[in-house]
Amino acid sequence: MIWNAFIIAIREIRRNLLRSILTSLGIVIGVSSVITMVNLGNGATKKVKEEIKSLGSNLIQIRPGKRPRHFGIREQARPFKIKDAEMIKRQICGIEAVAPVAGKQIQAIYGNRNWETLVIGSTNDYIDVSDWKIRFGRRFFEGEIRSGQAVCILGNTVYEKLFCGEYPVGKRIRLKKISFKVIGVFEKKGQSSFGADRDDFILIPIRAFHRRIAGNNYVTSIYVSIRDGYSIDRVIEDIKLLMRERRHISPYEEDDFFILDMREIVKILSRTTRVLTSFLGAIAAVSLIVGGIGIMNIMLVSVTERTKEIGIRMAIGALQRDILLQFLVEAMVLSSFGGIIGILLSIIASYWLCKILLVPFVFDIKIIILSFCFSLLIGIIFGFLPAKRAADMNPIDALRYE
Amino acid sequence: MKPIVELISVRKVYGSGKAKVEALRGINLRVYPGEFVAIMGPSGSGKSTCLNIIGFLDKPTSGFYVFNGIRTERLTKNQMALIRRYYLGFVFQGYNLLERTSALENVELPLIYQGVPEAERRKKALFALEKVGLKGFEDHTPAELSGGQQQRVAIARAIVTDPILLLADEPTGNLDTKRSHEIMKLLSELNRDGMTIIMVTHERSMAEYAKRIIIFQDGVIVREE
Repeated sequence: MIWNAFIIAIREIRRNLLRSILTSLGIVIGVSSVITMVNLGNGATKKVKEEIKSLGSNLIQIRPGKRPRHFGIREQARPFKIKDAEMIKRQICGIEAVAPVAGKQIQAIYGNRNWETLVIGSTNDYIDVSDWKIRFGRRFFEGEIRSGQAVCILGNTVYEKLFCGEYPVGKRIRLKKISFKVIGVFEKKGQSSFGADRDDFILIPIRAFHRRIAGNNYVTSIYVSIRDGYSIDRVIEDIKLLMRERRHISPYEEDDFFILDMREIVKILSRTTRVLTSFLGAIAAVSLIVGGIGIMNIMLVSVTERTKEIGIRMAIGALQRDILLQFLVEAMVLSSFGGIIGILLSIIASYWLCKILLVPFVFDIKIIILSFCFSLLIGIIFGFLPAKRAADMNPIDALRYE
Repeated sequence: MKPIVELISVRKVYGSGKAKVEALRGINLRVYPGEFVAIMGPSGSGKSTCLNIIGFLDKPTSGFYVFNGIRTERLTKNQMALIRRYYLGFVFQGYNLLERTSALENVELPLIYQGVPEAERRKKALFALEKVGLKGFEDHTPAELSGGQQQRVAIARAIVTDPILLLADEPTGNLDTKRSHEIMKLLSELNRDGMTIIMVTHERSMAEYAKRIIIFQDGVIVREE
């Protein structure tokens, strides 16, 4: 019986081919936008994860203050000191490198060019922890770090903006009226997944930062990389104990600092992108529902227009059930046809968009199956009212309808 | 012999109150297998209503209708549809073919509802078309056929299921004299081969083809010839 209804539905669709295609178009657009959005979102998630993984999962950050529970709200807390970083390195086993970090946005000037950039005060460990490579020049000497000399290493963007291809090593730039000698340039890393330029910074020894730029001795965060083979959780625990002791926190008080490890950052970021993905998908799903309403509209018109045909079919011996099924199957065929076209379209669209947006192309069969089923469901839901109306017709009245 | 159709004091009332119209006012009629009955009468005499009741498209307000030995007053809509599907064939004045659908597909339609497999369906439909003299017109749509040819397709569609009763409502109403006579000849031939036919017409010359003529007036049978 369903097969019969299917045959009849196919014949009907063929009879009104153009209208059928236009009707399905709503579903085509709906399905393809849902899949494309979700694919793009998945691609972005994957990119973020890969990027963070490339930073190394053995990297942790220690920051002052309570763990932020809400965006934007940051409590004041005592910053760290250089000594904290040194003690972590000395007292805790399983540590590869510890970089105390402080930073400030400052205008850098060379000759008649200037460029506002982030000046970071740290040590050679910062270079290791963040995995920077030297393009020109060299790293800091131990003496330069210890005595806080006015030397700097430029990020590639800063180098390009200030020097325009000129060889920089040995030249002097000015930061806050203080002259710094350029001793090196980092290799380019490019944009992060959030569009931030990672090469836009200048690295100087932390003591130079404290003395000549900031005027205080605050360390705003400490980067720690953990040696392979050591338990990250264990090291985090040890650091916590050490820091509590160093910051004189009594056993009844909460930590006034927090430790972020990369796994957690990955979790936070992928949660963010996942929310974004479902948000985009939901918006696209609205268009799928609009497509469904389009199908209902056309089916209602079609039922009215084919009243006589319904009468003929009933006179010939179609049951109400047959008529109901015919129109329901017709709506389902239209919507699933739209679904299939939409899927094909979305694969092409998301492939190209991923290429343009430099996001990896993730083929997710789940969302394809899901949106196909959803389009079928829409056919059933929005096809039911017109089909019911057709099935409830009185054969004589339907036959007389002109 | 058992009658195929037996109407016992059948009444049909449309509407209620002041707008009440009595279409049938006590019809008694028996039609036996192999008969060719023509129902005549002026418009509004209730002849089409009577045919609709016989064809299970409508139900009498009161009275009994016994079809092929079955009491019909308790039948559901679906059961009525199944009787139409398996035992009845309809020919209408306006042909009532599906538009933009080939003659063959039109004729196949009742077989689809019967669930006949495709190969057999096709064979039967081709045979029915041949019987009404439309061999070679299988792929023509109604728009490509003349009125007479369309009515032949409709007849082929009505007989393709080998019904026990063929109902024709003004089958020649839309045709010119020559075509009308052709259609009537076809119906008589079918009757000669054993098909029971009940036909409604208002043209004397068409009714003459039938073996029995029943004349309706104001919802009652006034004469039988």
